[in-house]
Amino acid sequence: MSLTGLFLCTFLIVHMSGNLALLKNDGGRSFNEYAKFMTSFPPIKVVSYVTYFFILLHTVQGLMITLQNRKSRPVKYAVTKPAGASLASRNMAVLGTVILLFLIGHLSQFWFRMKMGTLNMVDYNGVAHTNLYEAVTLAFSNPLIVILYLIALVALGFHLLHGFQSAFRTLGLTHSKYTPIINTVGWVFTAIVIGGFAIQPLFVMFKSMG
Amino acid sequence: MKLNLKVWRQKNGSTAGKMVDYVVDHVDADMSFLEMLDVLNQQLIDKGDEPVAFDHDCREGICGMCSLYIDGQPHGPWQRTTTCQLHMRAFKDGDTVTIEPWRAQAFPVIKDLVVDRSAFDRIIQAGGYISANTGNAVDGNSIPIEKTVSDEAMDAAACIGCGACVAVCKNASAMLFVSAKVSHLSLLPQGRPEHQKRVASMMTQMDKEGFGGCTNTTSCEAVCPKGISVTHIARLNRAYIAASLSSPKQEEAK
Repeated sequence: MSLTGLFLCTFLIVHMSGNLALLKNDGGRSFNEYAKFMTSFPPIKVVSYVTYFFILLHTVQGLMITLQNRKSRPVKYAVTKPAGASLASRNMAVLGTVILLFLIGHLSQFWFRMKMGTLNMVDYNGVAHTNLYEAVTLAFSNPLIVILYLIALVALGFHLLHGFQSAFRTLGLTHSKYTPIINTVGWVFTAIVIGGFAIQPLFVMFKSMG
Repeated sequence: MKLNLKVWRQKNGSTAGKMVDYVVDHVDADMSFLEMLDVLNQQLIDKGDEPVAFDHDCREGICGMCSLYIDGQPHGPWQRTTTCQLHMRAFKDGDTVTIEPWRAQAFPVIKDLVVDRSAFDRIIQAGGYISANTGNAVDGNSIPIEKTVSDEAMDAAACIGCGACVAVCKNASAMLFVSAKVSHLSLLPQGRPEHQKRVASMMTQMDKEGFGGCTNTTSCEAVCPKGISVTHIARLNRAYIAASLSSPKQEEAK
């Protein structure tokens, strides 16, 4: 859980920073070139298959741990209070499920259509590129889709706030000097990832509104 | 003061239980929570009813025998307090108080509010000890121990094994208990030789007893009557990874 989670954290930061190309005002050229690079450069392709595998592994691990932990308390309490446990830490499975549902929608919306070749093509210096930019801007000019993306980001944010520092605890990496640093890095990391991702659909939406 | 109680009544482990409402009058603010239950039981005995069974022993907050999930919190609303040291001034006249036993697969109900916590004993038997050779006692001062380390071990040794950590954990995990026992033995030189074997056997036994896994919610630390820190859990995780990677496969805990 901790190792797969931390790996997926590195994926998030790469995915977020790369997609910032969306903000460049060049009609989507740099974004499409970036998309082509990410889907055709062999080492990146290997990493992306590792990422798909880790997403599935993280999901299966989470499911198994949740089921086992539920079994550890067959009779529930009539009254319970949270007692020091954060909202995120008590609802990691729910947050994870929201993120998984989002991922299914997100992948079928862009990744699947790109792989199936149902998107339009565009030529840059005679080289054919999939016009993913067109699909993305079209999707994000719909406020409903933008709202769904923002909801998923909120879930991801809470998931990361607990998950990042929890992963270090599970690996036994705590220290009176470094744990406060890890906790701060967790907050900053979450803010950067969520902020960076949130800005993209919002930017496209407001741009489409003129 | 007068209190409305909702108490879990269960004849034995093989019958279903239910919440039963009681009213206790003439509760003094200076009574402990267990003395209030004594008053209730006297009422029940006077009426010819079966008194409520609950665990208790020293009533001084040091034995770890008392339990009770009071209004959704183990040992009630006060921090760093066992149920026997919880006083009725924590409640107001007319309050409704819900009293339940610890709930966990590994802590089956024996009767009413009494649960079987011998799973903890079996974890201790699996490795929570130091094999001492007989012979003359050594001079304590001949083994130098750094003050901060002995303090850390002492803090861990404050665990009274009441099971509040398991009771509050959403996963019914026993990691705070096991980690406190491991820290208190393994931080000190006398406990070092058996460290890895201890960690592996206690963890194996813990899983066998049916406790859940730790997801670092830290609610155990919040309710622990002795304030045991979750830092011990991280230390145990580190030790468990090291033990799994370095030592040969341990024989299964008996």
